[in-house]
Amino acid sequence: MTGTLASSDAPLGSLASVRVVPGRLLAAAAPDLDSHVARNGVLPYDLGTGPLVAEVEAAGLTGRGGAAFPTWRKLLAAAHGQRTVVIANAAESEPASAKDATLLASAPHLVLDGLQLAAAAINAQEAYLYAKDGPALVLAQRALVERQARGVDRTRVRVVVAPPRFVAGEETAVLAGIEGRDALPRDKARLVVEFGLRGRPTLVHNAETLAQLALIARHGARWFREAGTAGEPGTFLATVSSPGTGPVVVEMPYGTPLGELLGLAGLSGPVGAVLVGGYHGGWVPANPGLSLPVSRAALAAWDAAPGAGVVFALPPTACGLDTAARILAYLAEQSARQCAPCFTGLPRLASVAAALAAAGHPGNPGRLAPAGQRALSLPDPALPGELSRLSALVSGRGACHHPDGSVRMLRTALGTFAGDVQAHLDGYCLAGRSHR
Amino acid sequence: MTRPRVLHLDWTACAGHGQCAELLPELLRRDELGYPLAVDGGPTRDLVVPPELAAHAERAVSGCPRLALRLINRRD
Repeated sequence: MTGTLASSDAPLGSLASVRVVPGRLLAAAAPDLDSHVARNGVLPYDLGTGPLVAEVEAAGLTGRGGAAFPTWRKLLAAAHGQRTVVIANAAESEPASAKDATLLASAPHLVLDGLQLAAAAINAQEAYLYAKDGPALVLAQRALVERQARGVDRTRVRVVVAPPRFVAGEETAVLAGIEGRDALPRDKARLVVEFGLRGRPTLVHNAETLAQLALIARHGARWFREAGTAGEPGTFLATVSSPGTGPVVVEMPYGTPLGELLGLAGLSGPVGAVLVGGYHGGWVPANPGLSLPVSRAALAAWDAAPGAGVVFALPPTACGLDTAARILAYLAEQSARQCAPCFTGLPRLASVAAALAAAGHPGNPGRLAPAGQRALSLPDPALPGELSRLSALVSGRGACHHPDGSVRMLRTALGTFAGDVQAHLDGYCLAGRSHR
Repeated sequence: MTRPRVLHLDWTACAGHGQCAELLPELLRRDELGYPLAVDGGPTRDLVVPPELAAHAERAVSGCPRLALRLINRRD
C-alpha cells in the first residue's frame, strides 16, 4: 500500500513519500484529533506509572533515535525525580533522515499522546516538543492547538524550534536549545535523566519512540512483539535513499533483510554498498549486505547498526571513497568546535580522506580535492596509514560521540571499499567496473 | 559515601595543559597537540581509576587549571 500523506489542507510538497505497513505507526496516521481518536481510541491516561513501565519493559521497546536504549529504564529512572521534564526530540538533524518529520506530519497525535503518557508516568509538569522549522512542525502545532482547545493534554507542551545543525539533535544539545542557548552538546558527567533541563531530571525521547509508546499503551506488549524479532521487537521507521532517489520513509519490522527494505522503498537497479545508520553509520557491501537482517545483532558483525533507520544505497558505478570523503567533510564542518580532538582532528581526517578519494580520479575536476593542495601526481602510499593514525586521535575523545561516529563511517568505508583503496593508490578507481 | 572510581574528562573545558598526564602517567599521556590520551588506547572520557591510584587521581583533579576533571561514581 503506497501513497502520499492524505490531508487536503496540509503543505506536503517537501515531504517524503510514504510506504505503509498496516496496523502500526503510519497506519495510525490521522489528519485531526477526532479521526485520530476514531482510528486509535482515546489516550489511555490512567494506566499508572507501574503498569505502563511494566508494559513497556515487556514490549522490549528501545529508543528509535539511534542509541536504542531500553525505554522502560529511562522511564523508571526519571520517575523517581522531582520536578521532572519530558522532551519529544524531533530535531532529526541527520540530513538523510525524514522519518520523524513524516511521523510528526502524518500522526502528530500519536507522538503527542506518547509525550503525555511519558509525562504522566514521571509526573512531569513540563513537556516540550523540539523540532525543526518546516511543514511537519506546522502540522504538529496545529494538533497541539486542537488538543489544548479540547483539554486533552494534562501537561502543557511548549514548542522549541531546533536549528538545522547536525549536532542539534544530540541529547544534551536539545537541553541547551530549550534553555535558550546554542544547541550544542555539553559535558555529560551526570546522566540527563538525573540532571537535565536546568538541572532537573529529564526524559529525552525520540518522536518515534513516543509514538511507539502510545501504541503499546493501547494495544499491549504482546501485540508489539508480533512484529520484529525476539531480541529486537516491533517495527521501525527507515528513511531510504540513493543518489537521485528518495528519501522514502518505510516502516518495517526489525529483522527484515536489507535488500527487502530497499525493494519496498522502490529502489531498483544494482547496489554496490549500503550505508546503514546514517552519517555515523557503517558501510556494508551489497554482498552479503542485502541479505543481512536489519537488526543490531546482524549488523554488529559489520560494525554497523540500524541507528535511526537511515539507509543510503550506493550503486557500483559510484566511488564509495569519494562518497565517504564528502560525508566526512560535512561532518568535520558540523563539529560544534568545543573539543580540540574533534575540531582539529576531523578536518585533518577529512583532508586526507579527500586526497585518497581524489587519487583514484586523476585529472577529474569534479572530484573533491583537498583544500589548498595541488593535485598529487602520484598517490601517496602512506595515506591509509595516516587515516588510521588520525582516526585513533579523534575517536573516543570529545564531549559527544560525533567524532566516534564519524570515524566509524570512515573505518567501515575503508573496509568495504578496500579494493578501491588499493586501486586509488595505483591511480585509478574500481567504480563502474564489472569486477568489484 | 562510596569512593569514586571513574575519572571523567570534560572535553569542552580541556585546553591541553597536560597537568593530568604529568600527575597520572599510568592512565594518561599527551598527544602531539598536548591533549590527554588514554594510555590503554581506549576512549579518553571516563577512565577507571584503580584504588592504588586514587590519591594521584585526586591530585590530577585539583591540578587541572581548567577544572576539566572530576571523579565520579558511574554505573553504566
